[in-house]
Formats: sequence, structure tokens, C-alpha cells
Amino acid sequence: MTDKDVLFEIKGLEKSFGNLKVLKGIDEKICKGEVVVVIGPSGSGKSTFIRCLNLLEQPTGGQIIFEGEDITAKGFDVNKHREKVGMVFQQFNLFNNLSVIDNLCVPLINVKKMGEAEAKEAAMKLLHRVGLEDKANAFPSQLSGGQKQRIAIVRAMAMGPDVMLFDEPTSALDPEMVGEVLQVIKELADEGTTMVVVTHEMGFAQKVGTRVLFMDQGYIMEQGDPKSIFENPQNERTKDFLSKVINVI
Amino acid sequence: MNMMTIFMNYYKYFLRGTRTTIVVALIVVVLGCCLGCIISLLRLSKFKPFSEFAKLYITIIRGTPMLVQLYIVYFQLDFLPYPKMTIWGMALERVMPCVIALSMNSAAYVAEIIRSGIQAVDSGQMEAARSCGMTYGQAMKLIILPQAIKNILPAIGNEFVTMVKETSILMYLGVADLMYNNNLVVTATYSPLYCYYISAIIYLILNIILGKGVSMFEVRMKKSDR
Ligand SMILES: Nc1ncnc2c1ncn2[C@@H]1O[C@H](COP(=O)(O)OP(=O)(O)OP(=O)(O)O)[C@@H](O)[C@H]1O
Ligand SMILES: [Mg+2]
Repeated sequence: MTDKDVLFEIKGLEKSFGNLKVLKGIDEKICKGEVVVVIGPSGSGKSTFIRCLNLLEQPTGGQIIFEGEDITAKGFDVNKHREKVGMVFQQFNLFNNLSVIDNLCVPLINVKKMGEAEAKEAAMKLLHRVGLEDKANAFPSQLSGGQKQRIAIVRAMAMGPDVMLFDEPTSALDPEMVGEVLQVIKELADEGTTMVVVTHEMGFAQKVGTRVLFMDQGYIMEQGDPKSIFENPQNERTKDFLSKVINVI
Repeated sequence: MNMMTIFMNYYKYFLRGTRTTIVVALIVVVLGCCLGCIISLLRLSKFKPFSEFAKLYITIIRGTPMLVQLYIVYFQLDFLPYPKMTIWGMALERVMPCVIALSMNSAAYVAEIIRSGIQAVDSGQMEAARSCGMTYGQAMKLIILPQAIKNILPAIGNEFVTMVKETSILMYLGVADLMYNNNLVVTATYSPLYCYYISAIIYLILNIILGKGVSMFEVRMKKSDR
């Protein structure tokens, strides 16, 4: 891999909340086209890590270089950065005051400065993609969790981001809806979308991930391709964690 | 004299007082809302001196009696050149300090209503808006405030109801509101109990009508809420 392909270069990333040190020095490179899956026990800092990547959390130490630019530098344009980094949340976070179509259009019109007609067309295309164009005029409260999350995904995609971040996109869903959401994410991955996915879906991690990071206690303890992590973990903590999540029954 | 005769003979006093009460309450609510918006903006500001000032202001106003505030404003601001005019039997010299004091008081409560209305909106909404690249201002205008307004407006309606009652302290500065006129009738008739009953009924009617308005409004808000 050449330096041109590196999207995120993370150097010694630290994040504390008051006295609580959550990220204790993370070094990582994320390249174009990768599907990086982040796994690890609860409280290990996975969400904090992914939220640092679009500056929803301001790092307290280290550097994050994105497309050659230090996003932790003073005076950096956060909003421009976030246009290039799509984010999907566990709780969907569709805009409750807006219809489905406006959930997509309002950011396009106000951030991307698109015309109304153009935005509407783009939005309908994306809704069609996830089979929800008939819900265009519905409000978020009228949708199922799976439908909300699929819309949240295309809302982020609509901005044409360079990378997508997913923080446990299926954890708040009823089991029967997990599949439809993972399917959409898988399709994006198959098209070559760069993504970082925090998930507890180990099957998904193995099938779709191109690389797996195992986080524990604020560090990336182990990383590698899915096959070696799942079949032949080296780190004791990774082994311990995997044995707990894979042999649950 | 029974209550009915007192009202028949002196209704002009009661109605004149009621008019003053309504006018003052209306002005106070409008001014209080404007000032309250500003205070809530300061309160939510990331700039510490602003938010600390707003916090202090709200603490002081909520922690002291309305009547004390009224007198402090009246004596503290006695240097202001109030116009020496009388409108609808209200001497501006005396009404204006009342309006200022009540508005300042109302503003503190309105500010808290607005703040809690905004903070009641799920924080995920702001995060999602910012994640789409919206500025803080855009996120507020397009996503947060439209949701917060549904919590805020009904509470402001209730603040209006409170203010109608609070205006009864106007009489302490000799403003001819409902209570002031009530006392004139008491002096004339020597029937304090009946007079207070009449005044109570008038306040009650005013606030029942207002309350109906507020709840109709709430129903309409709920309808648009999905
Ligand atoms: N805003 C915050 N303020 C204070 N502490 C926080 C904040 N956000 C997270 N933390 C703490 O940081 C630690 C790591 O949290 P984080 O959400 O990153 O874990 P996680 O790996 O995503 O866990 P989970 O799998 O449960 O989502 C936790 O101890 C949490 O309590
Ligand atoms: Mg998390």
C-alpha cells in the first residue's frame, strides 16, 4: 500500500473524560477500500475511538491525519471534515421533526447547497436503493427500527462521504431486523466503500471485514485479517473475549 | 349588601382593574419572552462568563420574593425619566417599574423553560446533525428548535397564567389593577369578603379561558408531532 491510499493515520491517539482515561494511545492506519471491524468488550473505548474519527469527541492527545491533513490541529474546519465522514449510530438518530425524504434532503440542501429538486431526486434514488421509497413521506416514529437504520445509512451516504463509520448499527434492533440492515452495509462494502464498523455481530465481522481490530482497556490489543483473528488469536485477552462471545450457547 | 349588588354597583371598578391586569400581563409576557430568550442563549453559551451570569441571574430571581424584586426595581431605577403620562388610568411612572420588574422575573422562568425544552431533545439529534456537516447554528435552527418548541410553547402558556396572578402585586405601587380597585370597593362597601370573592372569580375566569387556550394549543402541537 502506498501513502496515497491511507485515509486515516492515527498516531498515539488519547482521550480522557476528566480523570478517566479511555483511549491510552492508539496507532492505526486505515486505508481506502478497507472494511475495518472493531470488536472488544463493553467499555473498552470502541465508541470513543470511532467518535474521535469525526471529532464528535475531541481527542486529548495524539494526532489524527485524514487525507494528509491533521484534523486535531487548531482552526481545522470540523464541518468540512464531517461532510466527508458519514456516521451511523446505534440509536439511528433520524431527525424526528422531519419526514423521511427531508431527513435526506435537509442536509443536502443546507450543507451541500444542492437545489431542492436535485436533492429530492438524489434522495429518492437512495430510498429506492434500500426499498423504502414508499416511506418517503412517513415520519421516523412511524417506522420500524430496521427501516430507520436503513434510512440513517442512506442519509449518511447521500453526502457522498469518503468513509462511513458505524457504531453498533444493529445493537438496538429486534433480531429479525438485524439481517436487513447488515445486508445494506454488506452491499456498500461490496461496492468498495471504506468503512469502520463497531459491532458485536461476529459472523458479519468474519464475512464482511477485511481487517479486525480487537480493543480492550483503551488499546488496540490485536489486529489482523478476520481469519487469523477468529481462528488463531494470539493475545490472551482476544482469546478470552472471543471464547465468551462465540460460545454463548 | 350581597355579592351581586356589590358587583352591580361597582362593576366599573372591577372591569377597569381587570383591563389593567390583562394589559400589564400581556406586555410582561411579551417582554419576558424576549428577555428570556436572550437569557437562555447566554445560559446555553459555551462562553463561561455568559453562562455564569445567566445562571446567577436565574438563581437570584428564583430565590427572592417577587414583591422584594418589585420594590428594589422601583427604588433602584427611580432615576429613569419615566414619562409623566396616564394611559387607561395607569400612571406610567408607576406601571413601568412594575412592568420592568415582572418582565425581569418572568424572563428567568422563561429562560429555564427554553433551556429545559432544548435539553429535553435527545442529544443524538444534535450529534446526527453535526455528523452530517451542519454547523451548530444550522443544527439548532433546522433540527433542535423545531423539536424543542413543542415542549416550550405550552410551558410558556402556563407562565402566562402565572403572570396574570402575579400582577396582583401591582397594587403595592398604587397601580390601579384588579386588586387595587378591589380595595377601593372594600373601602366603599365595608364588605371585604364579598369583594375578594368577586376578584377571585374574575382571576379564575381569566385563567380558565387562558388555560383552555393553552390546552387547545397543546392538542394542535401534539397533532403535528409524530
Ligand atoms: N461523554 C463521556 N463522559 C464520561 N465518560 C464517558 C463518556 N463517554 C464514554 N465514557 C466512558 O468511557 C468508557 C468507554 O466508553 P465507550 O462508549 O467508548 O465504550 P464501548 O467500547 O463503546 O462500550 P460498549 O460496547 O458498551 O458500547 C466507559 O467507561 C464510559 O463510561
Ligand atoms: Mg459503544
